[in-house]
Amino acid sequence: MATFSTNEFKTGLKVMLENDPCAIVENEYVKPGKGQAFNRVKLRNLKTGRVIERTFKSGDTLEGADVLDIEVQYLYSDGELWHFMDQTSYEQYAADEKATGDAAQWLKGEEICTATLWNGVPISISPPNFVTLQITDTDPGVRGDTATGGNKPATLETGAVVKVPLFIENGEIIKIDTRTGEYVSRAA
Amino acid sequence: MEVETPVLSQASVTDPHIQSLETRLHLSDCSSSNVLYLQTSPEFHMKRLLCAGSGPIYQISRVFRNGESGRFHNPEFTLLEWYRPGYDHYDLMDELGELLAGLGLVVNGRIPYADVFMDATGLDPHSVTVKALGKLARERGLASDNKDRCELLDFIFSHCVVPELETKGIVFIYDFPEPQAALAKLTDSCPARAERFELFVYGIEVANGFHELCDAEEQLMRFEGDLQRRSEAGKKPCPVDMNLIAALKSGLPPCAGVAVGIDRLLMVLNDARHIDDVIAFPVDRA
Repeated sequence: MATFSTNEFKTGLKVMLENDPCAIVENEYVKPGKGQAFNRVKLRNLKTGRVIERTFKSGDTLEGADVLDIEVQYLYSDGELWHFMDQTSYEQYAADEKATGDAAQWLKGEEICTATLWNGVPISISPPNFVTLQITDTDPGVRGDTATGGNKPATLETGAVVKVPLFIENGEIIKIDTRTGEYVSRAA
Repeated sequence: MEVETPVLSQASVTDPHIQSLETRLHLSDCSSSNVLYLQTSPEFHMKRLLCAGSGPIYQISRVFRNGESGRFHNPEFTLLEWYRPGYDHYDLMDELGELLAGLGLVVNGRIPYADVFMDATGLDPHSVTVKALGKLARERGLASDNKDRCELLDFIFSHCVVPELETKGIVFIYDFPEPQAALAKLTDSCPARAERFELFVYGIEVANGFHELCDAEEQLMRFEGDLQRRSEAGKKPCPVDMNLIAALKSGLPPCAGVAVGIDRLLMVLNDARHIDDVIAFPVDRA
């Protein structure tokens, strides 16, 4: 894998830091007039999602990370691993609980997700921005109440719990924004 | 007196943290060529004029620093530099303060380097061990392994002290640690402090001044120390300006000098976020 010098650092570059693959979020050149030049860098750890700040002496190098985002379709979970397939190569990938993370609560099957691969292994799974799922458990709907803005918890077929408006009935299919975990609308 | 000095020079600055741009001079018969350096500051030529008896001098000039590019850096920029025989760094802070007042910038005060450093870190920069500096630097996110006192001070000052200065308005920081003397005189105290100051405007470094070192022998030793550090760091060697050393030997009058970054001053006056906002054609569009 290539190495990158601080003067090649730019947003989005994938590098290895402390044995984990990271993406550069921000890179600032800091130099006292008569002193050592530094690059103050914000990096997102691609395994944990955490953003960390590190400063490098200008001219230092980091090893590049073999990281790739691909589109995959969710197949099934065997309880331990979540299985996905690249629909162009038919290659299958198994993601563990750490990699699948919160994405699991939105997946019932056939959703197209983004898998981040590091050295060919999924390290994180992003669900589609919107999913449609059926409500399996919620209090009875309050007819005609579309205006008060109140809400109630609803359990979905995947086990996820979201807040829905009071007029929504048990068994309805709704659309959810997975980035916020919020109810968007009834699914047509 | 306003002066004009060459942009191209046969020698360059030895400071390991400042890289000169080089060019080649081809003589008319094409038989040979010499490397010339674009000035990183007009300091050496202006000191030669002072040694020749110019009296107080100033100029606004273009200077060049290789590899410096960022929010506060363009590799080509403009300095206002002036020298006052008979002044020390306190007198020169007074004079720079008057100039700033004329621009509507009122200086809030002067703080010794040791005091701001101590406030921000709890450490005395003049006596702290390299080990303690290294430990603090790692805690504050320095990823490079570093045992150089001067570079660790640079890291901690820029990452821990400068954020504090952002809240202090317009201030002079003076009396720097000895390894950061550059071309400044040292005090006789123990530990010695460098009679150097910097102007910070809401955390932005705008000017750097010295009570100038006049001793030719000590200056030559510092240059040679620089070359040693350059070679240890794997950086290119560069010729020492022996014309400057010869001039210092003939006698530099006791004086103080300061360089003001005009582009940064414009940033401050215009509330600009990036140096590119005050330069018509920054380097990537030049």
